[in-house]
Amino acid sequence: MIFFKLILTNLLRHRIRSVISIAGIAFSVTAMLVIVTVLQGAVGMFSGILSSDSEIIVFERNVSDLFFSNVPATAVSTIATWPIVQHADPVLFGIVSSADHPIITCFGITAADARLRKATWTGGDRGDFGKHADDVVLGERAAEFMSAVMGSTVQIGHGTFHVIGIIKTANGFEDGGVFMPLASAQDFFHKEGSSSVITIKLHSKDDASEFKRMVKAQFPTLVALEDEEFTRSYSQFKILKATAWAVGGCGLLLGGLGVANTMIMSVFTRIREIAILRVSGFSNAQIATMIFGESAIVSVFGAIIGLLLGTAILYALKLIPALHGYVDTAVQPLVVLIVIVLALLTGVAGALYPAIYAMRVRAVEALRFE
Amino acid sequence: MSLLSKNRVVVRADDVWKSYEDGAITVLNGVDFEANEGETVALCGPSGCGKSTLLHLLGGLDTPDRGRVSVNSMEINRHGNPLRLLRHEVGFVFQLHNLIPDLTLEENCLIPTVAAGTRRSDAQARLRELTGRTGLSHRLGQRIQKLSGGERQRTALCRALMNKPRILLADEPTGSLDEKTSATVFDMLLELTANEGVTLIMATHDRGLAARCNRLVEMHDGRIRESSPIQP
Repeated sequence: MIFFKLILTNLLRHRIRSVISIAGIAFSVTAMLVIVTVLQGAVGMFSGILSSDSEIIVFERNVSDLFFSNVPATAVSTIATWPIVQHADPVLFGIVSSADHPIITCFGITAADARLRKATWTGGDRGDFGKHADDVVLGERAAEFMSAVMGSTVQIGHGTFHVIGIIKTANGFEDGGVFMPLASAQDFFHKEGSSSVITIKLHSKDDASEFKRMVKAQFPTLVALEDEEFTRSYSQFKILKATAWAVGGCGLLLGGLGVANTMIMSVFTRIREIAILRVSGFSNAQIATMIFGESAIVSVFGAIIGLLLGTAILYALKLIPALHGYVDTAVQPLVVLIVIVLALLTGVAGALYPAIYAMRVRAVEALRFE
Repeated sequence: MSLLSKNRVVVRADDVWKSYEDGAITVLNGVDFEANEGETVALCGPSGCGKSTLLHLLGGLDTPDRGRVSVNSMEINRHGNPLRLLRHEVGFVFQLHNLIPDLTLEENCLIPTVAAGTRRSDAQARLRELTGRTGLSHRLGQRIQKLSGGERQRTALCRALMNKPRILLADEPTGSLDEKTSATVFDMLLELTANEGVTLIMATHDRGLAARCNRLVEMHDGRIRESSPIQP
């Protein structure tokens, strides 16, 4: 109890300094949580689009971004005939804009696509999709921010489209997207006769290796990856995730420097006190535990406040209409765990030099000058 | 030969040398010193003569450049464990009380027991015993800022004796107190050390206090000039 009070004493003695250090860690944790969650969410949602009722994705080999991938229609028709394939759905991705929203994801798909099959139709009927080239189906959020209802006419990019359906899907990107008939999308994006990817559902997952081998043999310019494989290896996802952790890590590093500064000041201003503890029989380990304990308290409080603040910000982001469909703010427990562990490690690292300094305090020198 | 000198030697310095700043300032020049169990020794001499340095060496806070310091026949800088020495064998009292201001009197006193890992009940019993003897029982929960100078120094005395050390090293323990308070604190110091059989080695400028010890050791220029028993 007294040992714990010795740890607390110094934090309470310099309250403003302690609060600033806690705030430093809290803001770092907030930044890390928000950045990582938003980007992980975006990656997760994009992965979800690709894996909608499918387990394999086929796309052009060696493209850096799926928007640049061209899969010929012949590949779609051939693959669809393979006995091990249950269904093969071509998808053309594009970015379109409307008057108030510069970026809306567009999906060029067929009426048989799982996105339409599995969605909840709040308006319209799937049977009408693809009957007319200028018909579109809107995700629920897209309809909301475009102020569109069934039968509306919406201006998208250089074209005018007729809303024949509104759907609700579990995926934010899809919910904020526009679904065009594949042929219309090919025309709109000047990609006649091709799609960005083919999403594949096999009769049996055990045939995945065989399927990949067949694609490699018959379509050397294409590559087939299982969903998990794709999420792991797709360079855009890797860059996004690495960036998120790097930016978050930098924030945490700054917080750690704040802790280090506080702890150094803490040790320097109580050299005499540390000397007295030494004279009273405190070991190096006890002195170090005291310093690390102090930084751990700062880190734990900072992490808790940061997590609460981060969660609040994510909740606020969810409420911003412009971000509808593009920000998945569901906090992953693993991310929370990693952020807490990193915050604690940062606190410990920040206290390392002060602890070593405190352990080296020679009582006789500190006490000589009274 | 006095009765005390027949007792066991508990602390001893043999030909001890100590200098600072790479030898530029020599503080101790071959000091030979010993103190017996239960003895009270006053170290007197002008400022800078090496009294405090000798106390620090005897308590294991510093190491001699040459020579040997032994506590209970164990050479502390070679075979001894300085941590054990500070926790169980030696207690320190300084001119300034050196208490932690944000803690209470009780908490300050208990610090050495935390270091030594003493059982809570034992520590509390010892605290009650010492604060009872020094008249501080009613002030246990007070923060240090609210204590008088004499009370603070008595608290420091209690803290030094918490782990029942066999040697108490006091560096001008009443140097910051007025005459009356100084006398009171010193009375308690002598009484406590006598009751517990503790060896007291005290650096002081106060000849009056020194005269109340068993032996007076005169130091000058880092040497012991004279060591003589004081007749009661």
